[in-house]
Amino acid sequence: MNAEWEMVIGLEVHCELKTATKLFCGCRNSFGDEPNVNICPTCLGLPGSLPVLNEQAVELAMRIGEALHCEIRPSEFARKNYFYPDQAKDYQISQYDKPLNTGGWLELPDGFRVGVTRAHMEEDTGKLTHVGASGRINAALHALVDYNRSGVPLVEIVSEPDIRTVAQARAYASELRGILKATGASDGRMEEGSIRVDANVSVHPAGTSEFGTRCEIKNLNSLRSLGRAIEYEAARQIALLEAGGKVDQETRHWDESAGRTESMRSKEEANDYRYFPEPDLVPLAPDAAWRERVRVGMGPMPSDRRAQLAAALGGAPTDAEADQIRAVVDLGLDGLVTAVAEAGLPASLALARAANEVAAQSEAGLGLSAPTFVALLAMESGGQLSATQSKAVLAALLERGGGDPAAVAKEMGFEALGADTLSAVVDDVIAAHPGEWDRFVEGEDKLMGMFTGEVMKATSGKANGKEVAAELRRRRG
Amino acid sequence: MTTATALALAAEVRSGRRTARDVVEEALAAVAAGNGELNAFLTVLGDEARAQADAVDAEVAAGRDPGPLAGVPVALKDNLCTRGSLTTCGSKILEGWRPPYDATVVESLRAAGAVAIGKTNMDEFAMGSSTENSAFGPTRNPRHTGKVPGGSSGGSAAAVAAGFTPLGLGSDTGGSIRQPAALCGVVGMKPTYGRISRYGLVAFASSLDQIGPFATTVEDAALLFDVLAGHDPLDSTSLPSIPEPTLASVHDGAEGVRVGLCRDLIDGCAPDVVARVQEAADALAGAGAKVEEISVPEFAYGLSAYYLIAPAEASSNLARYDGVRYGLRVDGEDAAAMNTATRTAGFGPEVKRRVMLGTYALSAGYYDAYYAQAQRVRTLVMRAFDRAYESVDVLLGATAPTTAFDLGAKVDDPMAMYMNDVCTIPSNLSGHPAISVPFGTGEDGLPVGVQVMAPALGEAMLFRLARVVEEHAPQGAGS
Repeated sequence: MNAEWEMVIGLEVHCELKTATKLFCGCRNSFGDEPNVNICPTCLGLPGSLPVLNEQAVELAMRIGEALHCEIRPSEFARKNYFYPDQAKDYQISQYDKPLNTGGWLELPDGFRVGVTRAHMEEDTGKLTHVGASGRINAALHALVDYNRSGVPLVEIVSEPDIRTVAQARAYASELRGILKATGASDGRMEEGSIRVDANVSVHPAGTSEFGTRCEIKNLNSLRSLGRAIEYEAARQIALLEAGGKVDQETRHWDESAGRTESMRSKEEANDYRYFPEPDLVPLAPDAAWRERVRVGMGPMPSDRRAQLAAALGGAPTDAEADQIRAVVDLGLDGLVTAVAEAGLPASLALARAANEVAAQSEAGLGLSAPTFVALLAMESGGQLSATQSKAVLAALLERGGGDPAAVAKEMGFEALGADTLSAVVDDVIAAHPGEWDRFVEGEDKLMGMFTGEVMKATSGKANGKEVAAELRRRRG
Repeated sequence: MTTATALALAAEVRSGRRTARDVVEEALAAVAAGNGELNAFLTVLGDEARAQADAVDAEVAAGRDPGPLAGVPVALKDNLCTRGSLTTCGSKILEGWRPPYDATVVESLRAAGAVAIGKTNMDEFAMGSSTENSAFGPTRNPRHTGKVPGGSSGGSAAAVAAGFTPLGLGSDTGGSIRQPAALCGVVGMKPTYGRISRYGLVAFASSLDQIGPFATTVEDAALLFDVLAGHDPLDSTSLPSIPEPTLASVHDGAEGVRVGLCRDLIDGCAPDVVARVQEAADALAGAGAKVEEISVPEFAYGLSAYYLIAPAEASSNLARYDGVRYGLRVDGEDAAAMNTATRTAGFGPEVKRRVMLGTYALSAGYYDAYYAQAQRVRTLVMRAFDRAYESVDVLLGATAPTTAFDLGAKVDDPMAMYMNDVCTIPSNLSGHPAISVPFGTGEDGLPVGVQVMAPALGEAMLFRLARVVEEHAPQGAGS
């Protein structure tokens, strides 16, 4: 990023709510089914059908509002009118000038607060598949429409244009995803489209306050494409302005494979959506008792859980630990670490194992129970397993979906090395390297690593590194 | 022509004195003989009606009560969804479409033992006041076949007036039940908004649409209303059920009831219509009501507000007829061209006119001046009603400014056609119930309808007063 320019970024995040049924009918809300099996007169927009609001969806939307410190207000649904084949009624039922949640904020892990303008409810559209030579919209011969997604509940969360860097944009999207999962509103799967991000990007000379003309970028399916797209778009706008041109307000499409944004439609081509209050629904005004029930029923948010882990470490976390904490909370593995801490075992070791070995397998859907994890960490911290052995046992436990760590260790031949055996091995290693031993005794500390390594080699990794080091230091005197 | 009321027919069928099948066959025969001239029915549900009648008879034979409308034939306006049967809304754009579900009212009718014998003609998507805007040809008035039956529920009004069926269902957005009832000389009633489920009624203007009964007597209208009214979880705007039937109090008379003879619902009307309304007021006074003249000048603004709100909602409601999922499709080189070609070919001129009007009224830059302003006027009309009901219990006026006019007389003059709704629109804007009762004839010998209006949920009072008016109606043509 050119230091003479500053980016201004606002994000619009669409979150599919994890309800049992759709927003306005009783059809299943389910991803990945055969096309057009979860449909009825209402979500197909058949003549004479009417919408009935899903209470569970309202509840989840209120949780999102609560988690984002919004004011939850009496609200109304409106019709957003536009023609498109995936839009069953050729209007979308959305909230317009009276959204459910307004005026909140989201705090990034570094403490920076991004304002949340609103978080409103609306229905999703169906899904179009263009069939033709290239599969591209303009070259398609015909299109297929799947209305399974039609009427799936969404909450759209609109941020203030408070974000100034790509890192902040990614942190915002990541933190919001964590919050949406923690509220139970979302499964957090960006790649399945259950969370979709649009970015409004503008640039202006650093040190000035007036914003530049913005472009809205669509089709950002991952945190990675979000970052790349903003980088690209800001650079494009800066190049335009530096060449004496101007930025046109428009909607742009992110092409992931080409790595660039492309114009979709200009402001002049933008639809006039002719919003008006939806006459088929009554106003939605959650009363104080309902709001309170929702507030009380919510679990801890990611920021609370990070604070809990930091407290378990018993001191201010290092930068590396802070990263591990973020990763562990993001993946929902914090329960493992707190269980270890509650058992009086070292939380930092548990954090490292959770953030590395467990996290690596959690993407593949592998996991293990807290008691199993605690038992393993007890063996490692008690010296019955070396770090290397512990990691190997952990990998096996994850692979098998659980088990008894002691039994697995035995099965893998990781018997704790007796003190006599270790002493004998150390004798052999010293005898085999007399010159190095003399230099070590005279103070060449870096040779500690060489000797430890030799002992490990000789014991096939069964020796505990800490005990080896202690034995070597004892011998040196 | 059948003269038996629904009450009498149901009593005969329930007691086993007459079979539902016999009643239905008679109705089907009447339709077969007379519908060619009138074009009241677009679809006759012969096989379905016979099967339903046999099911009713089987109930009776088994000693069970098939319900308060046992074996009674009913005519359904063709904007009410009937599973597996054509539902056209009088439009080419829905030609051939068979809904996969029944409207809630259709289910309620069946549960009460009634037998739907066909789907009736209407102005396309209920937009019109003469049934001449149907894509399937106009309906003729049974009282005089050179005249229109009114609209938009002209088919159902004509079916009841012709004696094809004792009962009919229509929908009333700006007067589409009451005005054809007046022009055909039958009883037609629009309930309080939300008392009868709209689920399965193809929407014209959602905040104004309400289903209601046609009948030859006030009692029958009350009976049908009682069967249909009640909460429906499928309609979010549906009101909680009221357990007391209106039929129980329909004969309670007008003694002590305060009637406001509303100048604003008479002044623009033809002299013969005004004279009948005045006579109805005198009859009510004679029956013990306290009649006073009252003026609600805000009613004058109703028509303008209505012709912005209704088209605005319609422009959105009718967007779905795009050729993608059902009904007519005219191909084009891309989706947008296909939409345009389909809608150009499928909609008639009046529908296009209102979709354009409504789209304009909702457009950026015009919304506040048109749609938002019309909503403010709507609030004004509602408050005016509230004020009027501080001093009277019901309002009395004309239903339509004139008796039935000639076929073709107003088709080229939309404004003249719109003026037909001037007396009926205020109740749609307020969501209040209103009823049209036949009361004598005009100078041309054609029926005149007198309109009674009541506050929200005032259906019982409405039917009571309507019954008194009916009792004192001059005998002759139209009865």
